[in-house]
This record gives sequence, C-alpha cells and structure tokens, in this order.
Amino acid sequence: MTLQRIWTRGAIYLVLAAFCAFYLMPFYVMVITSLKPYTDVNVTRMWELPKGIYFEGIIQAWTTVAPNFWNSIVITVPAVLISSLMGSVNGYIFAKWRFRGADTLFILFLVGMFLPYQGILIPLVLTLQAFGLYGKVIGLIMVHCIFGIPITALLFRSYYTGIPNELLDAAKIDGCGFFGIYRYILLPISMPAFAVVLLWQFTSIWNDYLIGLVVLGNPRLAPINVAVVNIAGSWTVEWNVQMAAALIAAMPTILVYLLLGKLFMRGLLAGSLKG
Amino acid sequence: MATKSMVAAGERARAAGGPITKRRRRMNGDMVIAFFVLLPSILAVAIFIYTAIGWTFYISTVKWNSQIIDYTFVGLRNWSRLFSDNRFYADLRNLVYYAIGFMSQCIIFGFIIASLLDQKIRGEILFRTIVILPFAVSGIVTGVAWRWLMQPTTGINLLFAKIGLENFQPVWISHPDYGMWAVTIATSWQFTGYVMALYLAGLRGIPQELREAASIDGAGTYATYRYIIIPLLMPVTFTAIVLTGMNSIRVFDVLASMSGSGPAFATDTLAFFMYQSTFGAYRYSLGATIGAFMILLSAFLIVPYLRSMRDEVER
Repeated sequence: MTLQRIWTRGAIYLVLAAFCAFYLMPFYVMVITSLKPYTDVNVTRMWELPKGIYFEGIIQAWTTVAPNFWNSIVITVPAVLISSLMGSVNGYIFAKWRFRGADTLFILFLVGMFLPYQGILIPLVLTLQAFGLYGKVIGLIMVHCIFGIPITALLFRSYYTGIPNELLDAAKIDGCGFFGIYRYILLPISMPAFAVVLLWQFTSIWNDYLIGLVVLGNPRLAPINVAVVNIAGSWTVEWNVQMAAALIAAMPTILVYLLLGKLFMRGLLAGSLKG
Repeated sequence: MATKSMVAAGERARAAGGPITKRRRRMNGDMVIAFFVLLPSILAVAIFIYTAIGWTFYISTVKWNSQIIDYTFVGLRNWSRLFSDNRFYADLRNLVYYAIGFMSQCIIFGFIIASLLDQKIRGEILFRTIVILPFAVSGIVTGVAWRWLMQPTTGINLLFAKIGLENFQPVWISHPDYGMWAVTIATSWQFTGYVMALYLAGLRGIPQELREAASIDGAGTYATYRYIIIPLLMPVTFTAIVLTGMNSIRVFDVLASMSGSGPAFATDTLAFFMYQSTFGAYRYSLGATIGAFMILLSAFLIVPYLRSMRDEVER
C-alpha cells in the first residue's frame, strides 16, 4: 500500500464515520434523554449521559401511549396481512394473466402510489361515512389495504415476472387452473417476496400519521403516532417523556429493521421500481 | 405449409411470453377468473383513487365552506380565493425552499455516501444499516427528535458553543425566513438513506470492466465519475428526483410534531394548509382546491415517471 492510498482509505473511513455520527445523533439524544429523570433534564446538559438509568420517563410515557400502541397493533397487523395477500394475488394476475388492458390497468394502479393524499382526503371521508366505516378501526384497516394495493402489486409482480412461464405451462398440463397454479406453484416459492412486502407494509402502516388522524376522529382509537404528536404538542410534558414516547413509537420498526435489514434494503430497491 | 405458419405463429406468441398469449389472446375460463379476482381491487382503486380525484376537483368548484354540505356551483371562485391568499404564496415559497434544500441534500449526500460505500469498505453492512436506520422511523418521531435538537438554547447550538461558535447560534425552525431550510435538515436526515440505497444498487450494476477500461485510458477518479459513472446513474437520479420531489409536495407529518406552521407561516406547507382548512376550519371547498392543486403539481412528476416505466412494464 502506498502512502497516498493509506491516506485515501483513511479519509474515506473518516468521512463515513462522520456521516454515521450525524445519522446516529438523534437516536443518541432520544435514548439518553428518555433514560434521564425529570430533575436531570436540563438544556445545558443535553448531550451528557444520564447519571444512572431511570425508567420514570419511559414508564410515564408508556402509561400514556400504551392504549394507542395496542391500537396500532390492532390496525397494523390485519392491514399488513390482508394487503400482502391481496398484493400477492394481484401481482400474480399482473405478471401471469395479462388479459387485454392489464398492463394499462397496472400503470393506472401505480398512480395511487405517488398521489398526495391531501388530494383525495375529503372524498375518502365522505365515502367512508357513506359506508358507515368512518371513525372505525375496520374502516382504517380497509383504507390502508386499499392504499397498499399499488405498492404490493408492484413488488409481487416484479417477483413473479422472474418465474419462468414453462413452470406454469407444466402445471397447466397437469390440470392446474388459475387457483391451482397459484396455490401449488407460486405460493410455496413466494416467501422471499412476502418477507419484503410484509416488512414494507409494516413500516409504512405503523409509521402512518395522516390517515389515522383523519379516519379515526376519536383520540382513544388513535394509532401511536397520533398519540406522540399529542404528547409533543403539550408544553407541560417534560422532554424525557416526549423522547420516551417517540422511542416507543419507533421501537417496533427499528427492531424489525435491525433484524431483517437485508430484506428491508431489498424492499427499498424494489419499491423504487428501478433498482 | 399451414403447419409451418402455425408453428411460426406459435413461436411469435412464445416470444411475446405468457401461458395465455401462446393460445392467442383469447378470454378463456381462467382468464375470466383472473379478471374477477382482480375486480375488487380495480373497484377499490376506481373509487378511492380516481373517483376521489374527480370528486376533489368537483368540490373545489362548489360553495361548501362550512360544516353544512353545500354543492352550489361557484365556478372557479375557490381557486381565485386561493390564488389571492397570502398563505398560499408563503406555501409556494416554502415548497421551493423545501424542494431545493431537501432534494439537494438527499441526492448529494446519498450519492456521496453510496460512492464511498462502493469502495470495498470493511464493515459496509454496519455503515449501510446506520445510514438507512432513520428511514425506519416515522416522520412524527423525526420531528420530535429534531425539535429538541433545534431548540435555540440547547441541542446543536450547545455543540456549536462547545467548539467555540458561541456567536453562531441560529434559531433554526423558528426563523421567519430560514425555518424551512432547518426542516429540510430533519427530513433529509430521514430520507437520505433511501436515496443512498438507490445509488448503491445503481453503482453495483455498473460493470467493473467499464471502470477498468476508463482507468487504462488514463481517466482519474474525477474523470471516471464525471464522464462514466454519473451519466450511467442518470436513471437512478431521475428516480431520486421524482421520489424526493413527491415528498416535497406532501410534507406534513414532520411539521405536525416539529414546528407547525411556524412564525408568519415560515414552515407552513400546502399539505398543512389543506389539513387545517378542511378539518380545522371546515372550509371543505377551499381544502379541496388546495388538494386539487397538489394533484396538479404532482402530475408534473408522476406523468413523466410513469411514461418512463411504461416500456418496462409492457415487455
């Protein structure tokens, strides 16, 4: 290694480390602040480690947001499962049963992925009211499933497109129809795609704020991120509690991401359409 | 002869791909089933996306600006009211500030980090994980954390003071002119990892031979990037521009937990304006007008993007 090369390599690692410090900084502050006791939360000592580990901030935050945390689970789990299953079937159709106009239909579906929700929010509320689903958890689950149609169909479609048609033809000769091919050929080999889609849908539905806020007027039913905003909006709540609440809201997605980071990365790439 | 042309037709159909096309595009039984299985999704998209878009535009032309539903047609009155509203122009200015700040930070830093990670780095997965980690948290959490970091009396200013910048103590999000730039620091903190991932995948797709050929021709690092890598990554940059542009138009969550509208609408956005007009002030037609305007804005990004995708889809 020449001296110049050592210099360059060193500089690269240094710059990367600096970037990482920047990306970790808010996490560091969130964690240490939420572990500080009320008396230790002080603007001049923000960056200092707590004098010990105190859970009062986390406990206080948890008692406030726990109901909303469960709401989020009740909303997210069914919405993720249903929308992934729908996406799988829709992707199968768009990849392997391209009836006349299916490709155009697919492009029309994708528009939903990019639309600013503000442009469809009022009709959304009116439609839900007409169906008697406004303000109900089941209505919110349905909306998440519908807004998940484009991205889930896209992810599964690109996965199924890679599966050779000869496999399907063979199944057809063996007497499999539309459902048989899906059930016996595609579903058993769909697990990698399911992992990506489940992860993607889990993070986006868990992290949703706007839809939950609009569809569920009642704060008792609200998902976790709505509760975090309510805590952060009141200046009487101490910072350690606010940070703890934010951390609680972020924990499920952070954990899932750390455990399944590779899949998340793959999902990110597929989600952008052009890797 | 007949058999031969049939075989040729079969071959052509095979080239077109799909178990269906092989027997010509005939609506056979399974095809009908496929269509009916897809039908609920088609209806859902038709109602909740397309009808909703049309409905929003329709509401923007009626007199419904109170809690009582009123579909009296007023033409473009809501639009002209919007176009004469100072808050609307503040929001447009903020959109420009935000888009410039957010898009350039995401794209420049995303590209730089991806290029560095592409240099056969030890611990690449660790670096990558840390950079993308913020993307796993919500806009709300981002806002809460950064509001604390951007308090004038503490947070980053405290770090500035420690390194001798006692006199450089910006007020960040509370600044009437530069508040929006401060917001983009928080949001690009969250989104840069995503753009980085796109660039990294793009870089991994560039064949090694190309770089070697360039270096044999005497191209240095700068020239290789300037004339080979950056042009080859244009599709990724296009994707990144569309995605960050879309995010700029609809930024909402982070403001709800970070700065709100700010002083003199310094950090207000169209999304925030729409939400408050509709669900705070019950001015539904005004809200619909803002929403419709946002759709028109995003069409400038969606249409070219989908057009570029169409060839890929219709293989």
